[in-house]
Amino acid sequence: MGLGIELGHYLTVAAILFTLGVFGIFINRKNIIVILMSVELILLAVNLNMVAFSAVLNDLQGQIFALLILTVAAAEAAIGLAILVIYYRNRGSIAVEDVNQLKG
Amino acid sequence: MTLPLFFFYLFAAILVASAVMVISARNPVHAVLFLILAFFNASGLFMLAGAEFLALLLIVVYVGAVAVLFLFVVMMLDVDFTSLRSGFLQYAPVGVVVGVILLLELLLLAGSFVVSPEAASGSGLPIEVGTDNMRAIGLVLYTRYIFLFQGAAAVLLVAMIGAIVLTLRHKTNVKRQNPIDQVARRPSETLEVVKVKSGQGL
Repeated sequence: MGLGIELGHYLTVAAILFTLGVFGIFINRKNIIVILMSVELILLAVNLNMVAFSAVLNDLQGQIFALLILTVAAAEAAIGLAILVIYYRNRGSIAVEDVNQLKG
Repeated sequence: MTLPLFFFYLFAAILVASAVMVISARNPVHAVLFLILAFFNASGLFMLAGAEFLALLLIVVYVGAVAVLFLFVVMMLDVDFTSLRSGFLQYAPVGVVVGVILLLELLLLAGSFVVSPEAASGSGLPIEVGTDNMRAIGLVLYTRYIFLFQGAAAVLLVAMIGAIVLTLRHKTNVKRQNPIDQVARRPSETLEVVKVKSGQGL
């Protein structure tokens, strides 16, 4: 990587980002939109790790993998938001606690 | 401090700050806008690591599509977001505990991580000096990783069809074509040839 930037720098930033994503899921237990955004942050942290290791190990495979993670993240966001929209249309709310209709 | 290091710290600081704002903003529209800022700064970090293609892809895909999708949904749903924040303090302590433990573990791992020289030398797909990043990715993406590429395409196709099928709504008071009925129609059902004698009606 060089130029004064070490692997540990990237891993630290990714670790903080990952933790913030997990913490966001905890504190926004009721707001599913923010939960989806936290999942995006977690996936971004994973991608950051992939790219950092790709640069350090001088291996392009990490970037290819990050590309595929990006694809899956986009698909996940689209499906998640579609489910959110039909849920809101049926129930008139997006509170996670109301999602217990399937409970026996 | 070298210039790249300065920019690394700049991007990283703004990235972490905007991530904090994403999870703590009161207004979800602000949260989405901070998410966009976070993606831009992550793109800067990718650029510093030499992954130019991914950096630009992050802006195109995440900022251009995903974040705007979030923005659409947040603005489309008329939800009282203040009531959704009522459990904020209730869940915060357990979140802090889990978050601190997770962060400590990850930071221990990140601080003590050493790449062995053998691992660095024996990479499966070495990045050649002088080839630009986009060309290098393109050369392997359509040859060596063609099945993964097509699998990603299939995932996106399924996601697209799924999103359309989930949100498609038939309104009952709107007259619609029924193609099956139209195609299944036979002349015998609709046409009747009648011989009419001249001078007489039917």
